[in-house]
Amino acid sequence: MKRRKFDVAAVPAKTAGAVDDRFQVATPLRKLLNKVFPDHWSFLLGEIALFSFVVLLLTGVFLTFFFEPAMTEVVYNGSYAPLRGTPMSAAYASSLDISFDVRGGLIMRQMHHWSALLFMASIVVHMLRVFFTGAFRKPRETNWIIGSLLFWVGFLAGFTGYSLPDDGLSGTGLRIASAIMLSIPVIGSWLTSSIFDGEFPGTIIISRFYIAHVLLIPGLLVALISVHLGLVFKQKHTQWPGPGRTNENVVGERMFPRYALKQGGFFMVVFGVIALMGGLFQINPIWYFGPYEAWVVSAASQPDWYVMFLDGSTRLMPAWEIHIPIGDGYVIPPLFWPTVVLPGILVGISLLYPFLEARHLKDRKHHNLLQRPRDVPARTAAGAMAVTFFVVLTLSGANDVIADKFLISLNAMTWAGRIGLLILPPLAYYVTYRLCLGLQQHDREVLAHGVETGIIRRLPDGRFVEVHQPLASGDGHDGHAELDYVGWVVPKKMNRLGALGPAIRGFFYPMERPAEAPVSPGHPPVEPRAEREEIGSGESRR
Amino acid sequence: MSTHTEHPAPQGRQPLDVLDPRVSRFDIVLEGARRDDIEIVHYEPQVVPGSKAERRLTRTVASFFLLTGLAATAFLVIYIWWPWQWEPGRGGDKYYTPLLGLTLGVALLGIGFGILTWGKKLLPKEVSIQDRHDQPGAPEDRKITGETMLYLADEMGVRRRPLLGVSLVAGLLPVGAVAAAPLVGGLISQPHKNNQMFTTGFAPADGHKVRLVREDGRPIRPADISAGGQLTVFPGIEHGVSNRHADSPTLLIHLRESDAVASREANARVGHGDYMWGNYAAFSKICTHAGCPASLYEQQTNRLLCPCHQSQFLITDNARPVFGPASRRLPQLPIEVDEEGFFVAKSDYTETVGPDFWERP
Repeated sequence: MKRRKFDVAAVPAKTAGAVDDRFQVATPLRKLLNKVFPDHWSFLLGEIALFSFVVLLLTGVFLTFFFEPAMTEVVYNGSYAPLRGTPMSAAYASSLDISFDVRGGLIMRQMHHWSALLFMASIVVHMLRVFFTGAFRKPRETNWIIGSLLFWVGFLAGFTGYSLPDDGLSGTGLRIASAIMLSIPVIGSWLTSSIFDGEFPGTIIISRFYIAHVLLIPGLLVALISVHLGLVFKQKHTQWPGPGRTNENVVGERMFPRYALKQGGFFMVVFGVIALMGGLFQINPIWYFGPYEAWVVSAASQPDWYVMFLDGSTRLMPAWEIHIPIGDGYVIPPLFWPTVVLPGILVGISLLYPFLEARHLKDRKHHNLLQRPRDVPARTAAGAMAVTFFVVLTLSGANDVIADKFLISLNAMTWAGRIGLLILPPLAYYVTYRLCLGLQQHDREVLAHGVETGIIRRLPDGRFVEVHQPLASGDGHDGHAELDYVGWVVPKKMNRLGALGPAIRGFFYPMERPAEAPVSPGHPPVEPRAEREEIGSGESRR
Repeated sequence: MSTHTEHPAPQGRQPLDVLDPRVSRFDIVLEGARRDDIEIVHYEPQVVPGSKAERRLTRTVASFFLLTGLAATAFLVIYIWWPWQWEPGRGGDKYYTPLLGLTLGVALLGIGFGILTWGKKLLPKEVSIQDRHDQPGAPEDRKITGETMLYLADEMGVRRRPLLGVSLVAGLLPVGAVAAAPLVGGLISQPHKNNQMFTTGFAPADGHKVRLVREDGRPIRPADISAGGQLTVFPGIEHGVSNRHADSPTLLIHLRESDAVASREANARVGHGDYMWGNYAAFSKICTHAGCPASLYEQQTNRLLCPCHQSQFLITDNARPVFGPASRRLPQLPIEVDEEGFFVAKSDYTETVGPDFWERP
C-alpha cells in the first residue's frame, strides 16, 4: 500500500475548504472581515460598558460557587475574629467567608462590585454621548430605547446584587425598598407582602433576589445587549461629518485586523483597570457594617452611586401626605412621589425623547452623521438641564455627609437641594444655550476671517490689529473667501493649519522634535504643507 | 509621511481574475473589498520594514507581553505563598488582596497595551469607505412582502371562517391565565393575616403585659437610664430581639424634668395622658417615612433624627415630624412599671408602626 504524504502546510486551506463545503461561510465571512467601522474616541464609551459586563459575568460566576443565598440564622465562626460568635444570616456569613476564608475571594468580590459601578457609569456616559451628538435619531430610535432600558435593568441588577450580602447597610436599603413598594396606592401592601412573603424582612427575600440577580436579570441584560449590538452592526455606526463622509457612507477602518486588535487591547485595558481597582481600592467592606438588624443604622448610609439620585429625591421631598377621607381613610405617603412617580416619569421621557424631538422638528429623514452639541443648542441645553437635575439629586443623596464634612447645617443642605432642584436646571439650560451660540459664532468668525496668528500689526494711523490667517485662498472682495460650515471642527490654531508645525506630542517630554519656528515672525509661512491641506479634518484622522 | 505610496489606483470596474496566480494577495483583498462596496482610499504602512522604528516598536510590544508574563507569574507566586488568612493587626495578610490586584492589573494592562501598540503603531493605517445601503426596500419589494403576508392570512381563511379565530382566542386566553396562575398564586400573600401590619411584639399575650428588654434580653429598671439618656428596647418575648420583629424596636427615653413636663402636656393634648411613666417615654424607633431606625437622638433639642433621609421628630411634642420627608409622628408605646420594678408595655402601640401605606386608617 502506498503511503500518502501528509502535507502540513495544506491543512488550513483544506480545512477551510471542508468547512465552506458544508456551511457556505466564505462570502459572509468576507463581508464580516471587510466591514468598515468609523473611529472616534467617544465611540469607545459603550465598549467600556460591554467589557465591564463581561467582567461582571466572569467574577459573578466565581462568587456563586461560595455564596449561600439563605436567611437561616447561623453563628459566625470564620476567621474574622471581631464578628466570631455573632448570630447572623447564612447569606452574610457566606459573604464574610468569601471575603476572608476563600483564597482570592475578596478580590473577586471587589472586582465584581467595581465593575458593576463602572458598568453603570459607562452606560450613563455612553448615553450622554449618544444624546448630545444626536446619534439616537432615525433610524436608531429602537437602539436608544434598548439602551435606556439597559440602564434601568442594570439599576435593578445592581440593587438586587448589593442587597445579597445581607449586611447592615444593604439591609437598610432593602428596608427602604420595602417601604417604597408599600407606598404604592391600593396595591402597595399586597405587593410588598407577596415579594417578601409576609412582613419585612421575612425569610425568603434573599433567595428571591438571588435568582433574580444571577439568572433572570442577567438573562434580560444579555438579551438586550445582544439586540443592541446586533442593531449597531446592522444599521452601521454613525460617524462624525468630515472630508469624504456623507450620510450614505461609512468612512473608517475595516474590522480586521486593526480595528479588532484595538478592541481586544481595549478590553484587556478595561479588565486590567478593574483588577487594579478591585485589588487596591476597598469597596463595600461588609465586615464593618455587621449583620442586618432592624434597629441599627449609622449616619452616612449611602447606596451605590447610581441609586443615590433616588435617595436624594426622597430626602428633598416635602412631607406632603395625601389623605383620602373615604371609609376608614386612605393615604398616599410622601415617599410615593420621589421613588415611584419620579423614576416613572424619567423612564417615560427617556424612552420617548427621540420621537418627541423628531415630532417637534418635523424631522423624518435618516441621520447617519453626528451633530456637534453646539450646533443643536436646544437639545444640548435640555441635556445640560437633565444632567444638572441628576447631579443636584445625587449630591442631595449625600447631603448628610456634605453637611458633616463642610460643617454646614443639615437642614440648610436640604433646603439648598430643594431650591437648587428648581432653579439650577433652567439656569443650566440658559447658560448652555448661550455657550452653544457663542461657540457657533466663533466658528463662523474663523471661517470668515481666518485664524488668529498672534501677530500684531500697527497700521499707519496708529491702530493695532491682529493679523488673521484666512482658511481659504482669496477670491472674495477683501482678499479672502468665506467658507461654509460643514459641521465639523474648525481649525483655530496656527499649528492646526500646518503653519507652525504640529502640536508637540508627548506626555513628560516631546516624542518628536518640535518643528522649526518660522524664520521671522513678520513672515509666517502661510503656504500650508501639502499633506495637511484638508481643512476640517482633525489631524489624527489623516 | 507620504500619502501617495501604496495608494491603490482607482481602477475601472473590470472584475479582477482572482484565480490568476500573478495577482498579488493585496489585490485580491482590494477586489474582495470592492465586492462589499468598500473602497480602500488610503493605505499606508506606518513603519518601513526593517527600519529602526519597526525594531523599536517590536521591542516595545514584546516587552509589554513579557511584562504580562512576569506579572502573571508574580500573581501565582503571591496567590500560593503569601500569607492570606486574616489576622488581627497589620500583618502581611492585609497586603494579599492589593498585591493580587496589582499583579493581575499589570498583567492585563500589559496584554492590553501590547495589543494596542501592535494594532495602532505597527499595522498599516487605512481609510476605507463603505456604502451604507440603508435605503428602505424598493416599493415593489415592500409590496411583494406585504402581499405575501396577507396571502398567508387568506390561506388560513380566518376571514371566511370567523369561528376559528374566535374559538382560538377563547381557547388561548385561559391558557395565558394558566401560565400566570402558579406564579401569581404562589407568590401572593395576604398582607393582613394575623393583623400583622398593625401589631408588634408588644401586644400582650394571654393577658400578660410584655416587658421591655435590652438587646441581651435583660429587663430594665427605671434607675438603669439616667436623665437625658435613652436606650433601644425590645419586646421581652421569644425572638423579640431579632429581625422577626423588625417593627418592634423602641426607644426608651428618660426625659429631664422640664422636658418631661412639656412632653406630658403634649401627650394630654392628643389623649395619650397616661402613656408616659414618670419622666420616661417610649417611641417606636422605626421611622414612619421609610422604615429605617430613627436612631440619632439629640439630647439638647430633644430631636430624633433618622439618618436615612433626615426626617426629624420632636420627642417633647409627641415625636411630631418637624423637618424632612416624614409626614407622620412616631407612635408612642404606653409604658408602666410592673410589681417587680421592670418596665412593661401597658398595651401594644395604638398607632400603626413603620412606613405608611394605602389602607392605614
